[in-house]
Amino acid sequence: MAPDAAVLVILTVVGAATPLLFAALGELVVEKSGVLNLGVEGMMILGAVSAFAVAVSTGSGALGVVAGMLAGMAMAFIFGVLTLTLAANQVATGLALTIFGLGLSSLMGASFIGIPVEPLAKLSIPGISQIPIIGPLFFGHDALVYLSFAAVVAIAWFLKKSRAGMILRAVGESDISAHSIGYNVIAVRYRAVLFGGAMAGLGGAFLSLSYTPLWNEGMTAGRGWIALALVVFSSWRPWRLLVGAYLFGGVTILQLYTQGAGGLGIPAQVMSMLPYLATILVLAVIAAGPWKGRLDAPACLGKPFRPST
Amino acid sequence: MIKPHSRRHFLAGSGAAAGALALGGPAAFAADPLKVGFVYVGPVGDFGWTHGHDLGRKAIEKEFGDKVKTTFVESVAEGPDAERVIRQLAAAGNKLIFTTSFGFMNQTVRVAKQFPKVMFEHATGYQTAKNVSAYNARFYEGRDVIGTIAGHMTKTGKFGYIASFPIPEVVMGINAFILAARKVRPDAEIKVVWVNSWFDPGKEADATKALIDQGCDVITQHTDSPAPIQTSGSRGVWCFGQASDMSSFAPDQHLTAILDVWGPYYVERTRAVLDGTWQTSNVWQGFKEGMVEMSPYNKNLPAEVVAAAEKIRKGIIDGSHHSFTGPIKDQDGKERVAAGERMSDEALLTMDWYVEGVTA
Repeated sequence: MAPDAAVLVILTVVGAATPLLFAALGELVVEKSGVLNLGVEGMMILGAVSAFAVAVSTGSGALGVVAGMLAGMAMAFIFGVLTLTLAANQVATGLALTIFGLGLSSLMGASFIGIPVEPLAKLSIPGISQIPIIGPLFFGHDALVYLSFAAVVAIAWFLKKSRAGMILRAVGESDISAHSIGYNVIAVRYRAVLFGGAMAGLGGAFLSLSYTPLWNEGMTAGRGWIALALVVFSSWRPWRLLVGAYLFGGVTILQLYTQGAGGLGIPAQVMSMLPYLATILVLAVIAAGPWKGRLDAPACLGKPFRPST
Repeated sequence: MIKPHSRRHFLAGSGAAAGALALGGPAAFAADPLKVGFVYVGPVGDFGWTHGHDLGRKAIEKEFGDKVKTTFVESVAEGPDAERVIRQLAAAGNKLIFTTSFGFMNQTVRVAKQFPKVMFEHATGYQTAKNVSAYNARFYEGRDVIGTIAGHMTKTGKFGYIASFPIPEVVMGINAFILAARKVRPDAEIKVVWVNSWFDPGKEADATKALIDQGCDVITQHTDSPAPIQTSGSRGVWCFGQASDMSSFAPDQHLTAILDVWGPYYVERTRAVLDGTWQTSNVWQGFKEGMVEMSPYNKNLPAEVVAAAEKIRKGIIDGSHHSFTGPIKDQDGKERVAAGERMSDEALLTMDWYVEGVTA
């Protein structure tokens, strides 16, 4: 493949991977704190519609992005009240959150269908963004793409090195121990859940303001679920998550390009399976590999915590 | 108005009367609104296929006012779930049910057997039964028009087609498009990318990018979101709207759109149920009947291209032109339709082969 053609493919992959990366990074932090929020799809789509609505109404993409994050957080707050304060079942609440989000977003977005919005501004540094290959590859994205990479670095550092991150992991691994040495388990989990909501909302905002700058009902089309799967795929490690999101996005896009080039005689249905097959394959390899710490899910994942006073 | 309680009482009291009631059909309850149900494959806000059907539903409400009560269930997956939804609508007292996607066919027929007094209307399929009618629009006529336009407008001679599922409906559309285009531009070819979904804006946009990157300079789609239009617009290639006028997403590039106009048919069928004259039918209507229309042509289209497009449309209406007139060769160069011969409707509805010029 010619170098500039490869650049075009990679640019498309970035678009496909970024929303997954945002949503999955948020969920990773949530799960590290011991909470399983299956409502990613719902938070994401509410983020998408809110971001779009605000961007159209105010004309500001930045305000739209903020609105998307706030909408995701609002949804996450509902989840938090139900599962953390009231200790409701996390799986059921998360599923309900998704269904609620899909319905509410349709209602909110009804008057925004069929309206285009100005996509988020792309970085353009005179002289540098125009350099062949390197320019478009590294200096031609919108702010959210750079933010998604920064988020990987920041979250990896936070979980591994920062004191707050260690407390968060402790809460996720053994809530009772963390509680007994004086940490407020519920407060830590609230913060994690709200962060997860903001990130899912950000992923949604990227969808409706950058990836396909429009609002359509159900436009997340299952990406929240892919994000959830990627968290498991990454075995709760931010860097592996980055690889996973780009692997999934990459295989999805490559199969579209291959089809356009004649499909190599492979049926289109098989091609559509490829991203999922690749993900399962890597997951199986990780799980079966000899290296230590294979699929170490946080020990308290999905268990409600009731502080005993 | 007859209360449900008294109706039950009435039915229990006289078997003969109940029989008469069944024969009388919905007309026996003239005072009760006729309940009409719709099953949609996508969200009503898809701005495409389902949006079009929902306009048809609204046309029924507008026409009959409080004589009808319509309900719809949106985003129903084409699978076992559809059968449950259709059955629920039938059990809830809907006397006329429209199921608006090809993949609802078997489920519709199955539920129809269990509810002999409910009338079903299934879109784009081929099965009928005593209480199941089939209806479809000749979208390929619209594809003939846009293929003609594409043949004139292309520079590279490569078209991109974003396709959903390889069913006859979609295959027929691809073939109609390239047949028309090659009459203008004999070396033209079409690249097909299947996204295996009727509705996934992100993936549709990605497929569009893939096709444009591979040299396609006209994009058309058989999926339901405006994302391909928007992507084409931002990349400066020509495109055509699907099911709705999508020109707001690419004002300069959206050349025209194939519109589905379901309203008149839905009104007619609802009236038939109200009058008690509903009968099984299997219709396939196009430009002539008004079930398929073209949205306004873009100002960027040269007058002679518009004239060529209109010639096709008018030829179809007066019967002088048929989109699938031989000679037609398949992908392997084998002649499938002899010169001068027109493909039958049956052959079209089961079309599972591509014509020359298709890469899929």
